[in-house]
Amino acid sequence: MTTAVVNANRELFKGINLRQKTIMLISCLSLLLIAIVVSSAFIDENALSTDFESKNLAPSLEHPFGTDWMGRDMFVRTLGGLGLSIIIGALASSISTIISVFLGLLSSIGKIEDSIVSWLVDLFLSIPHLLLIILISIGFGGGATGVIIGVALSHWTSLTRVVRAEVKQIKTQEYIHISQKFGKSKWWIAKNHIFPHLLPQFVLGTIVMFPHAILHEASVTFLGFGLSPHEPAIGIILSESMKYLSAGYWWLAFFPGLSLLIVILVFDLIGENLGKMLDPKKAHE
Amino acid sequence: MKNISQVTTDKKDKSDALLKVKDVSLSFIQYTSGLRQTELKVISNLSMEAYSGEILAVVGSSGSGKSLLAHAILGILPSNAQLSGGMEYNGYDLNRKKKEELRGKEIVLIPQSTKYLDPLMRISSQVIGNTDGKNAESRKNLQRDIFKKYDLKPEVEGMFPHELSGGMTRRVLVSTAVMESSKIVIADEPTPGLDEKNLNETLSYFKNMAKKGYAVILITHDIEAALKISDKIAIFYAGTILEIAKSGDFAGEGEKLRHPYTRALWNALPQNKFHAIKGHHPMQDEVLEGCFFYKRCSTGNENCSKCTPKLKIFNGGMVRCNNAA
Amino acid sequence: MKYEKLGIFMGKKTLKLIVLLIFVCVASFWIVEQSPIDPVRAYIGEMSIQPEQKAKMEEYWGVNTPAHEKFLNWAGSALEGDFGTSLIYRMPVTDIIKERFASSLLLMASSWVLSGILGFVLGIVAGMKHGTFIDKVIKTYCYILLAAPTFWLALIFLLIFSVNLGWFPVGLSVPIGVASGDVTFFDRIHHLILPTITLSLLGVASIAMFTREKLIEVMSSDYVLFAKARGETGFDLVKRHGIRNVALPAITLQFLGFSELFGGAVLVEQVFSYPGLGQAAVAAGLRSDVPLLLAIVIVSTLFVYSGNLIADIIYEFVDPRIKQQETRP
Repeated sequence: MTTAVVNANRELFKGINLRQKTIMLISCLSLLLIAIVVSSAFIDENALSTDFESKNLAPSLEHPFGTDWMGRDMFVRTLGGLGLSIIIGALASSISTIISVFLGLLSSIGKIEDSIVSWLVDLFLSIPHLLLIILISIGFGGGATGVIIGVALSHWTSLTRVVRAEVKQIKTQEYIHISQKFGKSKWWIAKNHIFPHLLPQFVLGTIVMFPHAILHEASVTFLGFGLSPHEPAIGIILSESMKYLSAGYWWLAFFPGLSLLIVILVFDLIGENLGKMLDPKKAHE
Repeated sequence: MKNISQVTTDKKDKSDALLKVKDVSLSFIQYTSGLRQTELKVISNLSMEAYSGEILAVVGSSGSGKSLLAHAILGILPSNAQLSGGMEYNGYDLNRKKKEELRGKEIVLIPQSTKYLDPLMRISSQVIGNTDGKNAESRKNLQRDIFKKYDLKPEVEGMFPHELSGGMTRRVLVSTAVMESSKIVIADEPTPGLDEKNLNETLSYFKNMAKKGYAVILITHDIEAALKISDKIAIFYAGTILEIAKSGDFAGEGEKLRHPYTRALWNALPQNKFHAIKGHHPMQDEVLEGCFFYKRCSTGNENCSKCTPKLKIFNGGMVRCNNAA
Repeated sequence: MKYEKLGIFMGKKTLKLIVLLIFVCVASFWIVEQSPIDPVRAYIGEMSIQPEQKAKMEEYWGVNTPAHEKFLNWAGSALEGDFGTSLIYRMPVTDIIKERFASSLLLMASSWVLSGILGFVLGIVAGMKHGTFIDKVIKTYCYILLAAPTFWLALIFLLIFSVNLGWFPVGLSVPIGVASGDVTFFDRIHHLILPTITLSLLGVASIAMFTREKLIEVMSSDYVLFAKARGETGFDLVKRHGIRNVALPAITLQFLGFSELFGGAVLVEQVFSYPGLGQAAVAAGLRSDVPLLLAIVIVSTLFVYSGNLIADIIYEFVDPRIKQQETRP
């Protein structure tokens, strides 16, 4: 039995239904993220040059996020950091999704393959996630590559679980049995019958993975693994800010972290609303 | 023709119906894939009456929204449900507040399965219900008496719902109803999956309740079981009631029955002609025009495809058919 | 009968743990072996060194021994309880683990309890008031907390409560310059409060959201519908049926969260300079202290596994639906 509160939506936007509202929201949020990435790519080098005359300035109209100890504008640095974070997140979650797709389809083939996949998931979940990323990124020699690989190789577990469950359900369908009787190979069935069904799951899964990937990338960078201090990553900015906390330069930590939080929230919102479009039962929440 | 949709709040004399359901419609707002909003109509312009000391069976195929009728009477519909029409209990308008007051006390529900019992609560606590300290002792004694009457052993008190057998579950659910000094008992599908012996036993509980003066509303898909004990049968189809007939009308080849669907239903029984009814029950999201039964009706005419018939008194029963005259 | 079943269950779980540990050890060892880490460099740091000395040390650390032989050597001593010597602390790894794990455990346990209680209460309130203003406030609060980087929250807390208000010390689990024997219980608590609160915040959000959703699900179940039909309403209804059915899954989830808890502890310990296992893990990773890192991986695997095991035991043996099904003839 469903319990739904539909009236809230009606009061807010008269004349616009939930579908239109959701599509509008998703578009606006996506536009915001694209704007961040694009503008971070066109950052003027001059804006980040050292300027000791205007160092450690509190937020003002000229420098909305203040400046750091080298006189660099924190707003521009944050923007650059966010752009980098989103790109790394995109790269890492795409790789993770590909791994999930592969393992999910692999698990559909047979019992042995399925238990290998499930064992792999268990193995990866047995080490605390953050420690696993650190371990993998060390294994790949650290640096940006190490972090990306670390994040990419550790986020596929939850999506793989979802895919496995879906695969089990799809496999009970009649047409799969018919296809088997026609002598199609298991891998062929996985590719041509199961994969198309799972496509929406993969799109949604990638987007839901995004914020996790970004948060982990920032955490690992903050701890000092990975990106070099010259990169404008949010993790680096925040880890530098620690040295200036006692001096009372609060803006160094506050704004970059808040911006990261907002980006994560935006991703969460996009994921949740897309999820509602794909699974209308959630809309009654 | 008696006007059944008239709203009165005055007290009625004893011979009148204890519960009147008048022109009730129920719909849900739902979202389908891609968040398109749709309205789902599950009950349309349904009217019926229940009398003290009588068993009224509401018979309809499974999944046709009969349970929701029970929930509507008790006022426990989900929040996206939209209810219209009126109900009257003992001469009073049965509004939301009144329903809250009466449910569990004067109007009780016997649900259909073990799913309606809290899986983590021991049976005795569930049957006793929520009591404050001072009633606890007397309610406990009452529960023991009832269990004895329904042949439930003392061990059952300490069990969890999943440990009960089908027959035990049935008796426990019936026990919850007789814990209260109620006037109306609504039993939702009380008979599925019971063998002949358990079925007759369960039905006898309802017969006894009616003898004691309860108004019993038996919601079921099993017309044979309903015929064994009921005084009146209401035929539920596509969210409305097509006919209300006396049990005695179900005889021979159904000559006394008023609606073609009821007749078809009667003749579909194995011990009668065993004729299957052509077509299928309309889907819940199907939009129906004219008579709801038109598409499957053998005697329908042009008029039936456009004009939705009203429920009217005919031959000592009620029927919703353009051609009954 | 029941004990026999528990015995078989535990036996299976132990076997699984052993296999898992072997895999984890081999995999971690292999990963670290892949890395271009030079243990000698890691040990001596930036000091210059004679070639003969270097050769000696390379032999000691087994730079030129084949990987599988190195692994077997390491695994052999590890089985005897010897995890080698830490390169950065220059102490036996087991001693460091013992000390560090104890203080991490204190931090994790206190924030685990705090987040469990607070999260459950918030979740129940939000679920009960589903769709109202209070629900929206709690939901928004949880969403923001889930999206907030843990280390950033730690920084902000440090900024507000330690730097600006001066209520709490800026770091370390004990005051600097005080012999460990003189550290009072109060000192420990004082240094523990802020890290505990920070670490519990994340757990609060996830447990509250779960409890809320589960309660909403339970409240729309058939058995609650029947309870409503019997005239139960309001908080009584939630207390009798809601909390009863939500508590067990929530506790189970809390035990399944050990992995997240450990990850959070790593970050929080780093910001508050709290000398726990997490901080040691970061130091070991940054300065290529392979023996310490491997030992921490093993300890944290055991930690996560024990959480999952307790969750399984609750599921299999405490929930009456499963417990009694088995014992019925």
